[in-house]
Amino acid sequence: MKKEQQLDLYYQMVLIRRLEERGAELYQAGKIGGFMHLYIGQEAVSTGLIAAREPRDRVITAYRDHGVALNCGISANEVMAELLGKATGMSKGKGGSMHMADTSKNMWGGHAIVGGHLPIASGFAIGDQYAGNDNITICMFGDGATNIGYFHEALNISKIWGLRVLWVCENNQYGMGTSVDRASAVTEIRQKAEGYGMKNGQVDGMDVTKVYEAAKEALEFVRKNAQPYLLEIDTYRFRGHSMGDPERYRKAEEVKKWQENDPIGIFNKQLLEKKITTAKVLDEIEARAEQEVVKAVEFAEASPEPAMSELFTDIYAD
Amino acid sequence: MAKITMREAISQALMEEMDRDPKVFIMGEEVGVWGGTYAVTKGFYDKYGAMRVKDTPIAENAIIGGAIGAAMVGQRPVAELMTINFGFSAMDYIINQAPKLHYMFGGQFTLPLVIRAVGGGGRQLGATHSQTPDAIFAHFPGLKVVSPGTPEDAKGLLKSAIRSNDPVLFIEHATMYQVRGEVPEGEYTIPIGKSKVQRAGKDVTIVTYCKGLELSMKAADELAKQGIEVEVVDLRTLRPLDMEPIIESFKKTNRAVVVEEGWKSYGVGSEIVSRIYEEAFDYVDAPIIRVAQKEVPLPYNRTLEQAALPQVADIVAAVKEVLK
Repeated sequence: MKKEQQLDLYYQMVLIRRLEERGAELYQAGKIGGFMHLYIGQEAVSTGLIAAREPRDRVITAYRDHGVALNCGISANEVMAELLGKATGMSKGKGGSMHMADTSKNMWGGHAIVGGHLPIASGFAIGDQYAGNDNITICMFGDGATNIGYFHEALNISKIWGLRVLWVCENNQYGMGTSVDRASAVTEIRQKAEGYGMKNGQVDGMDVTKVYEAAKEALEFVRKNAQPYLLEIDTYRFRGHSMGDPERYRKAEEVKKWQENDPIGIFNKQLLEKKITTAKVLDEIEARAEQEVVKAVEFAEASPEPAMSELFTDIYAD
Repeated sequence: MAKITMREAISQALMEEMDRDPKVFIMGEEVGVWGGTYAVTKGFYDKYGAMRVKDTPIAENAIIGGAIGAAMVGQRPVAELMTINFGFSAMDYIINQAPKLHYMFGGQFTLPLVIRAVGGGGRQLGATHSQTPDAIFAHFPGLKVVSPGTPEDAKGLLKSAIRSNDPVLFIEHATMYQVRGEVPEGEYTIPIGKSKVQRAGKDVTIVTYCKGLELSMKAADELAKQGIEVEVVDLRTLRPLDMEPIIESFKKTNRAVVVEEGWKSYGVGSEIVSRIYEEAFDYVDAPIIRVAQKEVPLPYNRTLEQAALPQVADIVAAVKEVLK
């Protein structure tokens, strides 16, 4: 990766962190409703992954989607506006935290039924195969989604039809409060791909450079061979499953141990140790991200509520 | 006008739309090499090839979820459910995804998708294979639900469904593929969301659709011999529901019977009757009667099965009742 790109990835990771920290405050203040799931701790996963895609590659993910939206190039303003349910959000305030999408940026959501978006991802690839292009669909999901039928139907059809899908399991060790070993017959999720004769790999999700490299390699395989690939990315969420999580299922020491591997801290250290940049530059990048979030909150707060007529628009296209 | 079967009408609609628009393709269980369980897509695989006539695994989530995804990125898939009962395995896609995604993402993309599903009882397939669960699907805003009762409507409505930019559930009846009817020569479509008077009359309004239409037309013939002229209004589309011809007819007859094959409780008839009371209460001369399936899982035994399904005699009796 070139220096500029590395610094940009650093910026993206900090932007996600700051935006979500602010989002959590706005949630506590009652300005954001519904469910909200924070990506804090997992930033390196989607940042490294999305950086490796071509702009024509489609991205679809689950409900922990704010980071993915930002990585896909959706502005902090729009993400914050959608969180606040404002007319200036990407989905005019009708989707909310769990349904972030901007198809012009090839970000196809934000889907909140666990595993439900996997067959839809296969469908994107069916559509692209039918159109005769070599676009790839990057489908992200948690470890919890690999225990539901959708996962298996989607993986199977992607293999038998030679669909260009990069299946990305973000293994953050818990499906809500149930640890992987309590929910999944195998704890190494990549092994599930073996059952479908599907090429697979595994990478440390706390290191953005490693994620980027693994994703590049996987995407190249998918593009070239017209075959799916399952990439397991091991990571950890520092916050609860959602905003209302008493966290009875894990010990504070465990969280603390993972926090010592903060993906932003790791990347910061790498950039300095490899003398790619200086602490001053990284401080400036952090300040810029902070400023972007301040502006986004201002923008979102000042934005109008959706018009009442929006209630009845877009139910049908015809 | 040519007289063709329901099967031929549906088959022609599919073929004409596939010839017209290269974005249209078919996917489902046994639609290709086998030629369709009800032989609707016989010959398609040889004509269009495996890319346009896709044999899928027996995996309803992969079929309907896949069709949704392909539609979102610009294709026009026609997904087939071998029976509507198998649709329950893909309920998340039919009622929780397809009808919601356009709205929830602020109209960023469309879902030009058709789900063809075969429903209905009367073939001794037992309780899990014989249902008419149309009302469940019609409950959800964002989905269009079409269920024709004649070959002419089947062909014209399926063509409209394929051209629609919204998800359409197109429900066919397992016992009606051999029903013959006049179909216009050449190109035509029939708009979704329009009910139609299939038989004019002045004494009683029968509101029905799909298999109920076949039964109601027979009942109307029988009643005509006894001097009772019924008007039969065919819904054709369950959602969006077009009440206009129904209300117009009811204001003339002041009496109505609603006929459906599904269960009476929480059914299509419940909706129609409520709407008549809401929109034309001043015109009601007699309580409206619903003719529907008995409230039991459909049994295998032929006699028992027929006893559970609505019959022509039930409709005749209901019409006489509202005339009392």
